[in-house]
Amino acid sequence: MSVLLNKNTKVLVQGITGRIGNFHAEEMIAYGTNVVAGVTPGKGGTTHLGKPVFNTVKEAVDATGAEATIVFVPAAAAADGIMEAADAGIKYAVSITDGIPAHDMIKVKRYMLRYEKKDRMILTGPNCAGTITPGEAMIGIMPGHIYMPGEVGVIGRSGTLGYEAASQMKSEGIGISTSVGIGGDPINGSSHKDILELFNEDDKTKAVMIIGEIGGPQEAEAAEYVQKHMKKPVAAYIAGLTAPKGRRMGHAGAIVSGKGESAAEKVELLKEAGIHIIPNPSEMGSTMKEVINKNL
Amino acid sequence: MDIHEYQAKEILSNYGVQILDGELANNTSEAIEAFNKLSSDICVVKAQVHSGARGKAGGIVLCKSDEEVKAASEKLFGTYLKTIQTGDEGKLIEKLYIESGCDIDREIYLAFVMDRASQRIVIVASAEGGMSIEELAIEKPDSIKKIEIDPVVGLTGFQARELSFALNLPKEALGKAVKLLMGCYKAMTNLDMNMLEINPLVLTKNNDLIALDAKVSFDDNALFKHPEIDSLNDNAQKDPREVAAKEHDLSYVGLDGDIGCIINGAGLAMASMDMIKYCGGEPANFLDIGGGASPERVGKAFELVLADKKVKAMLVNVYAGINRCDWIAEGLVQVIPKVDLKIPLIVRLSGTNVEEGIKIVKESGLPIILADTLKDAAQKAVDAAKQ
Repeated sequence: MSVLLNKNTKVLVQGITGRIGNFHAEEMIAYGTNVVAGVTPGKGGTTHLGKPVFNTVKEAVDATGAEATIVFVPAAAAADGIMEAADAGIKYAVSITDGIPAHDMIKVKRYMLRYEKKDRMILTGPNCAGTITPGEAMIGIMPGHIYMPGEVGVIGRSGTLGYEAASQMKSEGIGISTSVGIGGDPINGSSHKDILELFNEDDKTKAVMIIGEIGGPQEAEAAEYVQKHMKKPVAAYIAGLTAPKGRRMGHAGAIVSGKGESAAEKVELLKEAGIHIIPNPSEMGSTMKEVINKNL
Repeated sequence: MDIHEYQAKEILSNYGVQILDGELANNTSEAIEAFNKLSSDICVVKAQVHSGARGKAGGIVLCKSDEEVKAASEKLFGTYLKTIQTGDEGKLIEKLYIESGCDIDREIYLAFVMDRASQRIVIVASAEGGMSIEELAIEKPDSIKKIEIDPVVGLTGFQARELSFALNLPKEALGKAVKLLMGCYKAMTNLDMNMLEINPLVLTKNNDLIALDAKVSFDDNALFKHPEIDSLNDNAQKDPREVAAKEHDLSYVGLDGDIGCIINGAGLAMASMDMIKYCGGEPANFLDIGGGASPERVGKAFELVLADKKVKAMLVNVYAGINRCDWIAEGLVQVIPKVDLKIPLIVRLSGTNVEEGIKIVKESGLPIILADTLKDAAQKAVDAAKQ
């Protein structure tokens, strides 16, 4: 088992005929992802990259049994694409798009609550690199070759910093069960805590790494969850110790605007919850190794 | 995107929020003229800068005569107002807002925020106005009332009434309070605001509710929907380097250190800055060059970072995912001879096609210091800046 995605997961690509969708669909297929179809409104009935293309997500799900989707839709229409997936019965959606208006995302999150928890779609992103279960499948834009299969679950806001973590772990001989990008936007599909819950119940995951950053309450919420419920060791790095207050550091969500949102305050909370703190970003691999050696 | 108080008030007034009479002035004679137009024998001269806490910084002056307006205007125009929010450089005062005085009974704090915990819009209010929300949270936490709004239904009448009662508003003001709250919520959602703060909202002796100040911030990601809002942008209130960066779709934040940074990805950029600090140095900037780092983008990024004369060493750290290290190396090799680089340049490349990228850098014969790891790169940059 792994979380959210494995080699059998039937994956849909929304926007498969677009330049970006096409490029990454090809990469995903080359990695071994079970891409079953694409969706582009108006191009239904055609074939792209050897996969059938449908006009709507619903048609694609009916015809192929697709369970997951990756939404390559420009920011202005991305929220609509995500809601279409939720309505079609997709179980897991990844939104890569950067720049989706926050009010649109508030509506998306509310819309997903229409469905009972057992039928409710899980969304990760937007503004993330996607999710990979190394050696099996990826739904995202990451370079698959830097991830080694293994037993550490990774949750991160940032794409390239996640790559840095994966390669540091690989050079320490540490593999990853699943790496999940939750994205850098203030209103996002899943929080650190949402994904921690999945890893907590996953047999294949023995330890978890959180890669957080300044801004928002989600790292604090994760700390509380770890303290109360987590059965597995957790290590965490929080980016942005040098970031000044009130300045947005690239990501729409990376801004210290209130109490408890700075990197130093988050580190304190995580430490109090018994989480192993990664002191600086060059020690993500080595800290994880120590945590594994001590606990497993 | 932030806007000025006078702009925020004009918008809110269109949504039924009551404001005082006021006029914008671009120079001292306009300020005096504006005062004379008001049917009030006192006025408040307010510096229009993108910052809160203007009063404490001397940017808000109560005046009772033409002479006082003249003196206040002459003192403020063309100067930089330094508040606790602006940093040492302050913000340029190019416009003053001349507003009528008013008969205040009570001051209230009111804000509509995008709450990241509930992932909804939340109203934050307190009967204790005039203080900042940070001060309120520390000094009068029990006075803060929060109302979470369902995005499908919107703000309901009963929620607005509940809040009005919690703020101890007299029953004569109840209808006005509901109208005000409904108007603010509509403005926030119609125009994609991230934040709308009225501090203070005043209750007058006649039981009117008036927005004495207004601070609005819009979601940059939604400006494409609202060209009329986009046109309210005032670049003079921003760091000119950040304005230049935005023109090239680069994300840049100027800082106080001496190590210039060009990095792909916001998280890796923050982590690289942390690493510099950990190694004993100080970053001069945050710069996310993003995906698809073409030679042109790399060139623009160098220009931006080098425009900061404090910079004594440069660090380029790229983890290529969709990018390819050989493309980035090609870009660097093309750009560096053109930018007349006089300071040490440390480059760390990782990810896709890293060997080819390093080969290109080495064969170029350019004085580039290569680094293997994040730590190695930061240490070399810190050492170079100290020499």
